[in-house]
Amino acid sequence: MTPPRGEAAVRRAFDVERVRADFPILRRQVHGHPLVYLDNAATPQKPQAVLDAIVSYYTEINANVHRGVHDLSERATTAFEAAREKVRGFFNAREAREIVFTRNATESINLVAWTFGRTNVGRDDEVVVTAMEHHSNLVPWQMLCEAAGARLRVAPIDDRGELLVDELERLLGPRTKLLAVTHMSNALGTVNAVEDIVRIAHAHGVPVLIDGSQAAYHMKVDVQALDCDFYAATGHKLYGPTGIGVLYGKAALLESMPPFMGGGDMIASVTLEKSTWNVLPYKFEAGTPHIAGAIGLGAAIDYITGIGFDAIGAHEAALLAYGTEALSSVPGVRLIGTARRKASVLSFVMEGVHPHDIGTIVDREGVAIRTGHHCAQPVMARFSVPATARASLAMYNTRGEIDTLVRALERVREVFA
Amino acid sequence: MSDLRDLYQEVILDHNKRPRNFRAIDVPTHFAEGYNPLCGDRLKLYVKVDGDVITDLAFLGSGCAISKASASLMTDALRGRTVAEAQALFERFHHVVTTPPDQPVEDLGKLSALAGVREFPVRVKCASLAWHTLKAALDRTTLTSTE
Repeated sequence: MTPPRGEAAVRRAFDVERVRADFPILRRQVHGHPLVYLDNAATPQKPQAVLDAIVSYYTEINANVHRGVHDLSERATTAFEAAREKVRGFFNAREAREIVFTRNATESINLVAWTFGRTNVGRDDEVVVTAMEHHSNLVPWQMLCEAAGARLRVAPIDDRGELLVDELERLLGPRTKLLAVTHMSNALGTVNAVEDIVRIAHAHGVPVLIDGSQAAYHMKVDVQALDCDFYAATGHKLYGPTGIGVLYGKAALLESMPPFMGGGDMIASVTLEKSTWNVLPYKFEAGTPHIAGAIGLGAAIDYITGIGFDAIGAHEAALLAYGTEALSSVPGVRLIGTARRKASVLSFVMEGVHPHDIGTIVDREGVAIRTGHHCAQPVMARFSVPATARASLAMYNTRGEIDTLVRALERVREVFA
Repeated sequence: MSDLRDLYQEVILDHNKRPRNFRAIDVPTHFAEGYNPLCGDRLKLYVKVDGDVITDLAFLGSGCAISKASASLMTDALRGRTVAEAQALFERFHHVVTTPPDQPVEDLGKLSALAGVREFPVRVKCASLAWHTLKAALDRTTLTSTE
């Protein structure tokens, strides 16, 4: 494969060993072998800067936000809102009030289902999803449709794991109230042409929610350029802490939606009879938020931005190409998910060996991969496999680690010879 | 590699490759479906009881080597036993696969091949799926799960 032009320049700037040094967990051993962490699609590891930010928050400025007039509360509030501003910049939202903090992408999607969905989706209406969704962007819509008496329509994928956009367009009609689509499949690695999909949906007057859980740490996401109506993401996949998620929504839409959960912080005034709602984004942030999580996410965004998606993307694309070739050369291995536009994910099956057994054996070599249905059972059904083994790459992975995986797969072959 | 060999013993690899009683029973007296959501293993277990004797049992499904071998070994071990004996063996088997690896356990013959899962706590469910499904079948429950 000829390296794309400019790759040499990027390589000079991107030093994977320097990046690895920023992730303390990568120094540890597992079963007497150096850890080879290839389960990034489940959650990537965290750089020291994120860990430091969390410790520093609790050590130096811990206080509740938006409440006190005392010094610590002001500092905590400032840091929390600074994190929101970082998230805004990261996704290029127009305004910080369009960024709602949640627990994770699942909660972001449920928020939309139970607020936008509850007020806009009625009997005989339709919600459209795709056949490659993670359960988190499928089950909330099933629940909404069941509650509303609406119908869920599913756009199919082909044998490579690519979305059939023409078929998707055929499903859009006057009854369609929302299209919910993943930016990138966690089970297959497919990257959807969301920019085209949003344009097509809008031409039919259909608003679009994008599940960005997988995409957001591999590529630059610009919600204004995409023109999507909602974008859901999760902090822990952005090299940040668990328990903090993000929902981007266009301000006008968020304004029109009722609150999700009731409680403190989301109100403007409360009497015993009635309450009025706070302004955006606080209307959707009931209760004490995950302040340390938001600050940790802010630090993670600074870290990613410091390296830059040009460098990350080039490194990961080269690694994915190398991994694709390396795994394809292992006898009996078949890749599941061979879309032309793909990132990070190497999902595969091995003839005569169940993925679960692969996972156990490579783990003994220090290699962490995911095995199972990846919370995407309909995807497994589409490819007629009960499960797959999945190696997924992040910015700190190396060719050497892929070689270790390949050697571990030879071990699997030996055991099952 | 040694604990891997403890887990994937010859008898397990053999039963994985050539599972015994891997078929349906047309008119079972008891039937249950087992499901392990962790790995997507599914198991259909057919049992034929005459009086209180298990005269035939068989299984179908997909799963990892451990769950498949366990089902295969179990169906071999229980044919001709009484329901009460099968239930007692369930308890003994369960004890063997859940006892910490540094403690001694009783010898259950071929079934002891599965004692290797003790070194791999996450795989205990794979070894137990068939047995939980058997218990459910004998209790006449239709869907069981090891989660």
